[in-house]
Amino acid sequence: MPLPADTDTTTPKYLRDKYAIVGVGETTYTRGSDKTTRAMGSWALRNAIADAGIKATDIDGMLDYSGNDSTSATFIAGDIGTRLNFYMDCIGGGSSTEALIGLAIGIMEAGLCKCVAIFRSMNGFSQVRIGGTGARSLAPVNGDALHNRAYGWQSAGQSFAPTFMRHMYDYGTKPEQVAMVKVVHSEHASNNPKAYYKKRYTVDDVLNSRIICKPLHLLDCCVETDNATAIIVTSAERAKDMRHVSPLIRGIVGRCSKPRMDMHYQHGPISTVAGYYAKNILWPNSGVGPEDIDAVGAYDAFTFTSMLQLEDYGFCKKGEGGEYVSSGITRLGGRRPQNTSGGHLCEGYTHGMNMVIENVRQLRHDVDDSCPVGPDGKRLHSYDYREGGCRQVKDIEVTANLGWANPMTGSAMVMRRGA
Amino acid sequence: MPVRGEYLGMALTIDDLDGENVTYFKHCAEHNFHLQKCDECSLVRYPPTSGCPWCSSPKSTWVPVEGKGEVHSYNEVHHAIQPAFKAVTPYMLLLVDLDTQKGQPSEHEALRVAGNLMTPDGKFAPPEMVKKVGIGSRLRMVFSDVSPGLSIPNWTIDEDAKQPEKPWRYPQE
Repeated sequence: MPLPADTDTTTPKYLRDKYAIVGVGETTYTRGSDKTTRAMGSWALRNAIADAGIKATDIDGMLDYSGNDSTSATFIAGDIGTRLNFYMDCIGGGSSTEALIGLAIGIMEAGLCKCVAIFRSMNGFSQVRIGGTGARSLAPVNGDALHNRAYGWQSAGQSFAPTFMRHMYDYGTKPEQVAMVKVVHSEHASNNPKAYYKKRYTVDDVLNSRIICKPLHLLDCCVETDNATAIIVTSAERAKDMRHVSPLIRGIVGRCSKPRMDMHYQHGPISTVAGYYAKNILWPNSGVGPEDIDAVGAYDAFTFTSMLQLEDYGFCKKGEGGEYVSSGITRLGGRRPQNTSGGHLCEGYTHGMNMVIENVRQLRHDVDDSCPVGPDGKRLHSYDYREGGCRQVKDIEVTANLGWANPMTGSAMVMRRGA
Repeated sequence: MPVRGEYLGMALTIDDLDGENVTYFKHCAEHNFHLQKCDECSLVRYPPTSGCPWCSSPKSTWVPVEGKGEVHSYNEVHHAIQPAFKAVTPYMLLLVDLDTQKGQPSEHEALRVAGNLMTPDGKFAPPEMVKKVGIGSRLRMVFSDVSPGLSIPNWTIDEDAKQPEKPWRYPQE
């Protein structure tokens, strides 16, 4: 959809369209990478540098995030042959991607550096299991953790489930509606040659898969994979010299949290998530609203996390997420396709990075599906979304990424197609 | 000396510097549930913290709080993550709205105290008991003793309370 005419891109407060994502890259999405997070991180970054058409030495800032399960910028910068004017390793998982893009803009705006690479490298299957099994499940339980881990309340699914369950109670959301999130994302993954799971699933497949932790079936949960992902951010001015027509960053909200952060369930309604608060920063900063968005990356650690965020960022009325995700709107070919790469449920688990990467490629109108490549090096998209086919969203102009840390904390970003 | 104990095969520790948790679990060990009440704004809070989440005052007094309430939400774990819990699946994690301070300081707030569903004598609830409990069920607190100075507060069905005819449960059993 075209941007509203009243958009003032010169407003200093907002920095709308002043920064761009100029390069994206990833490793293969796999189980058993047989590589260190250091080796994978530099692999993804080299791909992003090549994608941007720049030299490693053009990068002078680096941000990354992990939960003590990865490497540091100090190793990656050396391994790719760059020299940094700024770097920071951050602690965090989901919702860090958009938040760090916001920080990247801040440090460049402050003059600390000129071009920032962001990476997340993780052996989420073969080393530190993201589902919480393995070493993490055996760690001693100390202090404040006695109020959750001592109750077998530890993994992401276990932690979030009371929010999901209460949503079903408050609004009558049905399991078969929520399952549609997986169905649709799996359809999209089947058109993504990179996706770890390319199989298309049905509602019955989801409901007949075993219960992990009510209300989550196995197929309501994301995949655990080994992978690294990288994003390069610089000013829109510098972006003009680079390889692609780079998507511009319209606005960001970073790690916006509900009023109470320790044991957030004390503050209700518990079926409402951080997007309810974050939207009041995201949309004014971006100068657009949910109706302007052509495609969404709605963090799908679980089917429910996608659906809850769509409601609270205002893509549908609160409580109507089940109908919205079942309506066809979210499919390729629908008004607002979401997680067009297959997302965390199917493509691979990256703590949010792959959904931003996908929207960047979508906004270039050159998503990496299996359509043939034309003489100008760009794919000739068929817009035939049948299995194995195209996954480019036609005439896409504006995207949103909704990043989830937990019911309490979220980040989000709006991008537009560059000129 | 830190408070230590072993519970379901898990090593539990509370550092002696962690005064709030030491005091909380000491009261639990006496089977006498206490929470911090803010000396400034008089609101009670859970879990223990070093300051008031509403008014930021660091001053509080431990007060006895009745361990009774209603299930606000729950999860029911069929695939345990921690090895200690594999033998007791399916187990319930309950968030119970205490009757004390429910709906304060704002409509959607409550002291939502976590715990597992147990039998009255403190064993993990068997599957048939799990199926009886859902949102709206009335529960009372029971304590699982771990070591001197450390008991874990948990929940069981309140036999004396009027129970909802059909507590809300996830539709797929």
